[in-house]
Amino acid sequence: MKFDTPAGQNPIDRLRVVGCPTDRIDGKYKTTGTAAYAYERHDVADHQAYGYVLGATIPKGRVRAVDTAAAKAAAGVIAVVTTLDVPKLGLGTMNYASLFGGDRIQHYHQAVAVVVAETFEQARAASFLVRIDYAPEAGRFDLAAEAPHAPPAKADSGEGSGADGAERVGDFEGAFAQAPVQLDATYTTSDESHAMMEPHATIAAWDGDRLTLWTSNQMIAWAKGSIAKILGIPKQNVRVDSPYIGGGFGGKLFVRADAVLAALAAKAAGRPVKVALTRPLVANNTTHRPATIQRVRIGATRDGTITAIAHESVSGNVPGGVPETAVDQTKLLYAGANRLTALRLAELDLPEGNAMRAPGEAPGMLALEVAMDEMASMLGIDPVEFRIRNDTQVDPNQPDRPFSHRDLVGCLRLGAERFGWAARNPAPGQARDGQWLVGMGVAAGFRNNLVMKSAARVRLDAAGTVTVETDMTDIGTGSYTIIAQTAAEMMGVPLDRVVVRLGDSDHPAAAGSGGQWGANSATAGVYAACTKLREAVAQRLGINSADADFAGGEVRAGNLSVPLAQAAQAGELVAEDAMEYGDLAKRQQQSTFAGHFVEVGVDVDTAEVRVRRMLAVCAAGRILNPKSARSQVIGGMTMGVGAALMEKLSVDKKRGFFVNHDLAGYEVPVHADIPHQEVIFLDEVDPTSSPMKAKGVGELGLCGVGAAVANAITHATGIRVRDFPLTLDKLLAQMPDAA
Amino acid sequence: MAGASAPASLAALPGIARAVPGPGDDAPVTARVALTVNGVRREIDLDLRTSLLDAMREHLHLTGSKKGCDHGQCGACTMIVNGRRINGCLTLAVMHQGAEITTIEGLGQPDALHPLQAAFVTHDGYQCGYCTPGQICSGVAVLEEIRAGIPSHATGDLTRPPELSEAEIRERMSGNLCRCGAYSNIVEAMTDYAEQASGSRA
Amino acid sequence: MKSFTYERPGTPAEAAAAMAQRPDAKFIAGGTNLLDLMKLQVEAPSHLVDVNGLGLDAIEETPEGGLRIGALVRNTDLAADDRVRRDYGVLARALLAGATGQLRNQATTAGNLLQRTRCPYFYDTAQACNKRQPGSGCSALDGVSRQLAVIGGSDACIATNPSDMAVAMRVLDATVETVDAGGTGRTIPIAAFHRLPGDEPERDTVLKHDELITAVTLPKPLGGVQVYRKVRDRASYAFALVSVAVVIQPDGTGRVAFGGLAHKPWRVEAAEGELPRGPKATASAALAGAAPTPDNAFKLTLAERTLGAALKQARA
Repeated sequence: MKFDTPAGQNPIDRLRVVGCPTDRIDGKYKTTGTAAYAYERHDVADHQAYGYVLGATIPKGRVRAVDTAAAKAAAGVIAVVTTLDVPKLGLGTMNYASLFGGDRIQHYHQAVAVVVAETFEQARAASFLVRIDYAPEAGRFDLAAEAPHAPPAKADSGEGSGADGAERVGDFEGAFAQAPVQLDATYTTSDESHAMMEPHATIAAWDGDRLTLWTSNQMIAWAKGSIAKILGIPKQNVRVDSPYIGGGFGGKLFVRADAVLAALAAKAAGRPVKVALTRPLVANNTTHRPATIQRVRIGATRDGTITAIAHESVSGNVPGGVPETAVDQTKLLYAGANRLTALRLAELDLPEGNAMRAPGEAPGMLALEVAMDEMASMLGIDPVEFRIRNDTQVDPNQPDRPFSHRDLVGCLRLGAERFGWAARNPAPGQARDGQWLVGMGVAAGFRNNLVMKSAARVRLDAAGTVTVETDMTDIGTGSYTIIAQTAAEMMGVPLDRVVVRLGDSDHPAAAGSGGQWGANSATAGVYAACTKLREAVAQRLGINSADADFAGGEVRAGNLSVPLAQAAQAGELVAEDAMEYGDLAKRQQQSTFAGHFVEVGVDVDTAEVRVRRMLAVCAAGRILNPKSARSQVIGGMTMGVGAALMEKLSVDKKRGFFVNHDLAGYEVPVHADIPHQEVIFLDEVDPTSSPMKAKGVGELGLCGVGAAVANAITHATGIRVRDFPLTLDKLLAQMPDAA
Repeated sequence: MAGASAPASLAALPGIARAVPGPGDDAPVTARVALTVNGVRREIDLDLRTSLLDAMREHLHLTGSKKGCDHGQCGACTMIVNGRRINGCLTLAVMHQGAEITTIEGLGQPDALHPLQAAFVTHDGYQCGYCTPGQICSGVAVLEEIRAGIPSHATGDLTRPPELSEAEIRERMSGNLCRCGAYSNIVEAMTDYAEQASGSRA
Repeated sequence: MKSFTYERPGTPAEAAAAMAQRPDAKFIAGGTNLLDLMKLQVEAPSHLVDVNGLGLDAIEETPEGGLRIGALVRNTDLAADDRVRRDYGVLARALLAGATGQLRNQATTAGNLLQRTRCPYFYDTAQACNKRQPGSGCSALDGVSRQLAVIGGSDACIATNPSDMAVAMRVLDATVETVDAGGTGRTIPIAAFHRLPGDEPERDTVLKHDELITAVTLPKPLGGVQVYRKVRDRASYAFALVSVAVVIQPDGTGRVAFGGLAHKPWRVEAAEGELPRGPKATASAALAGAAPTPDNAFKLTLAERTLGAALKQARA
C-alpha cells in the first residue's frame, strides 16, 4: 500500500481499541519472568555451549600473536577463536569499527577472542589463560585537543537525523554583528553509554550452512543482512529471532560482537553457543553517544525577535565514523532569517560513537535550549514567552514548506499553566525550601518524525483469531500492544482475539525500533496488511469490501451480519502487505514537539541537585496507546535527568578508554533521583504521517528535558554551567556562602 | 559501507579448530547443592563457582531472575532468600545449602499473577521488562521490610518505625536500576499494591 | 574466576586454622565484594573458607555499657537494631547510606570493614595498579581520579576506602576483635585497623592472613547529636564523593570523621578542637597537607561544606 496523500477517514478513526490506554498484552509475561530474552532460550537448541568474550587491552595497535594453548587445555574448553584466526571481517550496516577479525585494534575492548566451554564458569576461567601479545600504537583520545583542526563533516547519524555539514540561510555573520543583543556561548556534552539493562547477547546455531541467531536486536532485517555480509554467507541462510529485547536505546540497532562471535564460536565448537557481553565490556566494546563541543550564537532584537542563529558542533569518532548531528533541531525549531549550522568531525581512537536514543537532538537540545534560556535572561523576557515569540509554522530554511502540524506553542502554554509557571519569580536564587534552593526551568522538546517502509502478515483462522506476524521489535516501546490494537481495530475484534508475533526475520520486514519511527510505521504496515485481509474476508463472504463494516467480531454489510471467523471456515486466510511512503514527508515537515517543565532543589551547602517535579506536554499526532506512550515519555525524561546531572563516560586521555565501564562507575538515575512525572498529550492527529495519523514519542521525551533541568538549576542558584553533566563539583565554587 | 576486505568464508578459516580437551589444572570442583526453590526441593550438582543466579538461570532454567551486570550493580537478579531480598549474582549457590528461595516464578504465573505483578501491569511499571522481575521481587520484600520496621536512608526519625511513603519506596527501591525509566510508574504500582494489601489485612 | 576448593568450618578457631594452612585462601562471608572481584580475577583465591557457619551474629551489650557486634551481623540487622538506632545513630545512618537493601542484607559487619577500593584502575586488570599488582604502577595518578584520595595517599596509590560504616566506626572509636590460627586474640582500635597506602598499597588493613574478625565493639554511647552526611552524584546507590560523620555535644565540642577522602576513614582528633569554631577551621585543620589532583580538588571544598551541613543539622 502506498501512502502518498494525507489520510482521510479510515477504520482506525473509530478508536474503539486504538487510542485506548490498554494494559500491555505482554505484561503478564514480563512481570512473571516468563518472557524469554536472548540468552535464556534454553529450548531453541540442544547442547548449548558457553562463549566468553575477551576485549583488547590496548586502544590502538596490532595483535602480534595469541597463545591459546593454556586456554585450550583448560577443563571444559571446547574451542577458542581468536581475531587472528579469521581475516578482517566486513562491516555490517552502520558499523564503523571492526567487530572482529584481523590484527588491527581500533579501540579498547574490541573483541579479540572468544573462549567456548561446557559451562560459563569454565569459559570465564579459561579466558584468563589466553595470552595476547600486542604492538600498541599512539592514539588520539582527547576531543578538545583534536577539535581545533577537525574537518567539516557530511554524514548521517544513522537514525535519520541527516546533516550536511555547513548550511546557511541569509547572512548569519552580518545579522549577528548587527543584532542589538547577542549570545555567543560554548557548551560541552559528555560521552554517554546506552546502559540498557540486558547486555548484548546471542545464541547461535548452525544447521549445515544455515545460521540461526537468537539475539537481542532492534532492527531484524538489518541484522540479518549485516550478519550475512560480515560472515560472507548468503542472506537467505540467516535467521534472526528477537522476540524480547532488554532495552536498546540505539545500542542494539546494529549487529555487535556478541552475534558475530556466537556464530564463529558455534562453527568452531560444532554445536550451539551462547554469548553475552559481560557488563564491564559493554561500554568500550559497543557504541556510545559521542561527546560534543557546541557553539551557539543567537542575535535578537530587544523585543526578543531572533534575527540570527548559528549552531556549530564538533564531535569525534573512529576513522570513517559519523558525527553526532547535534545541530539538526536548530534548522527547524525557531524562526530567524539568518542561519548557520555546521558539523565538524575529529578522528579519535576511542570506541565507536553511534546512535543513542535521539541522536543529534539529545545533546543538541542541551545546548540550544540552555542558550535560549540565557538569551531570554539577557533580554529580560520570560523564557516561555521568548520561545513562543520565535515560533515558526514553516521550515525556516524553506519558507514555502510548512510543518504538517506544529503546536509547540500549545505545549508551552498548557505546560506553563499546569506547572504553575506564573508563580515563578523571574529573578534567580530567590526561592528557598529549607536547605534547598528551588528553581523552575523550561525547555522546548523537539524531535523529527520519520516514516519507514514496514510490512506485516495477518492471518485469520477458523476460530476467529487474528495473528499478526512481522519482524518488528518491542524494545519496551509497547509494539506488541499497539500492533494488537491496530489489528483489533481493523478487523473489528476484541484485543484478546489478536495474537502478535514479533522479532523473527522469517516474518515480513518491518520498520524496526529506532528514531522514534517504530510505532507509527509498524502499525501502518499492519494497517496495510489488515486492509488486504479485509478484502480477502469480504471476497470469501461474497461482500463488496467497500460496504463491509468489521465490528463486534462480525462483518456487516447492509442487513447481513456474519461472524468474522466464518470467512476462515474453508481454510485460513492470509494477507501480507507493506506500507510505503511517497513524498509527503518531503513536502511538509513532520516533527514532534513538547514543553518540558522541571523544578529542582539545589542543596545550599553541598550543591547536590534533586529533581522535585517534572511535566512534559507533548504534541505528537495521534497517541496509539496513552499508557505505553506515556511510559516512553517518562523514560525519556528519566534519561534526560541522567544526561543533565550524572551520566558521563570518563575518558582516560592517556590510556585511551572509558574508565568507568560498569554500572557502579557509570551512574544512571535510580529510583531516588526521579520524582512523580506528569505527561500530557495534546489531542491531535497528523493525517500526513500515515493512516494511523500518529507520530513518534519514544525520543521526544528525552529531547530538551536535560536543558530544562539545567535551566532550573540556574534559576535556583543563579549559576550557569555549560558543561554537561552538571555534577555538583561544577556548581560548588560559585555556590553562595553556606554559613 | 562494508570494509574493503573480502568477506570471510567460514569454511576457509584455518585457525578455527576444536580444542583437544586436556586434563586441565583448573578442573572444576563440584558439590551437590540442595535448595528449596519456589517451594520445591531441588538438588543439583554444581561447579562451586556457580552463582546462585546462574544456578537458577542455567541449571534450573528459571530465567526470570535476570543478569544485568553480574556485579551487584543493577538489581535485576534480585531474589528472596530465607525471607530476605539479595542479589543472586553476588553469592555462590553452595553457600545456600538448604535455603528457601523465592524467585519471580514463585510469586505468580501469567494466568495467576501476584497482586504486585498485576499492579505493575496496571500501572505500566516496566517497559523492556528486563529489570522487572528484580523490581517486583524487591518490591515485595521492601513492603515487608517497612512492615518489619527496618529503617532506611529515607527514614526521618530512626527511633520510630518507618512510614510507607513514596520517599521510603524510592530510596529502598534504588538498588533496582531501570534504564527504560519506569520509576514513576513503579512507585505508583507499589503504592497501589501496598494500599490493597493493608486494606485486605484491616 | 579460578577454580577453588571450599569449606565451611563450625568455629572461629577452625576457620583461622583452615586459613593458616592455605596461603592462597580467603574468608568469604557476604561475598558481595569478594565475588565481584573474583569474577574479574582481581582476586583469585584457590580456597574459600565460608565463615557463615560460625555464628558470630549477635549484638550484645558489653559490661562497659557498649555494644559487641558479631562479625557476621548483617548490615541490615545492625542498622535496624534498636540500641544502634537509639545510641549510635551515626552508625545506623552510615550503614543505611551505603549500598542497597539487597546488598545490606548480605553484607556483614566484618566484611564491610574489609571492602576494597572502588578505584576503576584496581578493577581493570589490564591497567597498572600497585594495589592489585604490587610494582605495576598507579594509573590513577595521571588518569581519571575524580573519586580518589585527596589526602594520605602516596606515589604508589591514591585509592579511597569506600566504606560508609567504617567512617562511623572511626568516629565512635570502635575496636576490632580478632582471633588467629594460634588461638591468639587481639583488639585493634579502628584508628589502627585501616592503613594508609605508603609503599604497600596492597595491604588495606593490619590483619594477618590467618586473622579472623570475630566482633566489632562500640564503647558506651557518646550521647550528643549524631549525623552522617553523605554526598554523591546520585541520590542513592553510589559511593561517596565525600561523607562526614559527626557527634556533637551540647557544649559544641565533638568528633568528626570523613569518608571518601583517603585510603582509610579520615579522622584527625587534634582538629576536633576547632569544631566550635565551625566547619572552615575544622576542615582546614583536619585536611592540612592534602594533595589533591586537579580532578578531585573540589573534594576539599565539598568536605568543608558537607561538614557545615552536618553541623547545621546537628545543631538544628
